[in-house]
Amino acid sequence: MTVIDKNTTFLGYRRENGRVGVRNHVIILPLDDLSNAAAEAVAHNIKGAMAIPHPYGRLQFGADLDLHFRTLIGAGCNPNVAAVVVIGIEDGWTQKVVDGIASTGKPVVGFGIEGHGDHDTILRASKAARDYVQWASEKQREVCPIHELWVSTKCGESDTTSGCGANPTVGDAFDKLHALGNYLCFGETTELTGGEQIVAARCANDTVREQFMFMFNRYQDVINRHKTSDLSDSQPTKGNIAGGLTTIEEKALGNIQKIGKKCTVDGVIDKAEMPTHPGLWFMDSSSAAAEMVTLCAASGYVVHFFPTGQGNVIGNPILPVIKICANPRTVRLMSEHVDVDTSGLLQREITLDQAGDKLLENMLRTANGRLTAAEALGHREFVMTRLYESA
Amino acid sequence: MIHFVLHDAQDSVAVVVVEGVKAGMALTGWIMDEDRMMSVDARQDIPIGHKVALKDLAAGDTVVKYGISMGKVVAPIKAGEHAHVHNIKTKRW
Repeated sequence: MTVIDKNTTFLGYRRENGRVGVRNHVIILPLDDLSNAAAEAVAHNIKGAMAIPHPYGRLQFGADLDLHFRTLIGAGCNPNVAAVVVIGIEDGWTQKVVDGIASTGKPVVGFGIEGHGDHDTILRASKAARDYVQWASEKQREVCPIHELWVSTKCGESDTTSGCGANPTVGDAFDKLHALGNYLCFGETTELTGGEQIVAARCANDTVREQFMFMFNRYQDVINRHKTSDLSDSQPTKGNIAGGLTTIEEKALGNIQKIGKKCTVDGVIDKAEMPTHPGLWFMDSSSAAAEMVTLCAASGYVVHFFPTGQGNVIGNPILPVIKICANPRTVRLMSEHVDVDTSGLLQREITLDQAGDKLLENMLRTANGRLTAAEALGHREFVMTRLYESA
Repeated sequence: MIHFVLHDAQDSVAVVVVEGVKAGMALTGWIMDEDRMMSVDARQDIPIGHKVALKDLAAGDTVVKYGISMGKVVAPIKAGEHAHVHNIKTKRW
């Protein structure tokens, strides 16, 4: 018995390219750090527009620059976004982001600051943003089949209750969604260390397995190249250790509970790439919460499951982040951050099946428009992953 | 009341899931994968979320959780003692 089956529906916004979103944001997207002030001024002028400031975009090159564009364009393409105003210091790269987002068919326009200054740019961009906000405000939600909901996961401020309660809850929900043909995603490459063979064994075929092990070993090389003595102060984090997690292996074995017991790993993507078919995707990614969730938003996911033990407070401007917690102390002390309390699992008061259903029920309500705790609290952490130094 | 939980019957450590575990308390535990109970006496105070050892462990022993290795013992641990960074370390990195 589960709360979802193939006939389950939710109310979403169908976009020009056919994808379905659960939010209807008009975003003001800066190309670079220099354009944050203008973007925030436009969002201040136009009620209902949201600026997404970030600190990067100048003198990046090679794969790091590719990832910068992929993240910005992916965020703009996300179906939770109705329309986009891009502001950059100059026209060339601004237009590149505009063209990338325009491929979805959604309204998007760009403004370069050079030769105009902030005042004139803010004026012109505000006019465009006002048009978009009024246009988007007339969009109606429509009935959509559950398999059109793209769901990602990443855990944070984990403790030992994560592996016993919150993460298996996500795993149960993922098993149920996988059976219905949803697009799913997990990642956190370094936090699989010690459990990588479990993930490898769950890969759907040898090609996926080889791609996964390539990504896993590539990230291990980064760690080995930069580590000093060991990573025991960073992985597990101080918060993890305070919560009782002792080693990276223990953290990883708890982390892996998020991919359930049945679903196969059906594909592998690099950071901020878009999956090409339904199933569970592994995305090579940082284990830092805001970086990973931002990458999921850029890959096109529209709802995120975030299990926590000690109480991570993260949100994202585009992707609603649903927090799941099984630590009774955290639920008591930080209740305003917890969307789904599954602490009953650890006292055998509810079954894993019931916990998974509780999460799925919350997922449907969130998809239908209920604000998550992080949204209500204003958490909009948009953090871009960097690969190396600027030129 | 369930004081601690473990995943696999072979695990050498388990997770305390209630606040207020003190030395000398008789603890009841739940083996989740087999849905049966077990018990151990706490030899030390153990905070919620931290681990209690279920058997005596010597330096160099592998610590088993989820049925597989989660690291190695670096200082001897007796059943009922607090098992954490002071007596267990990663085998990786």
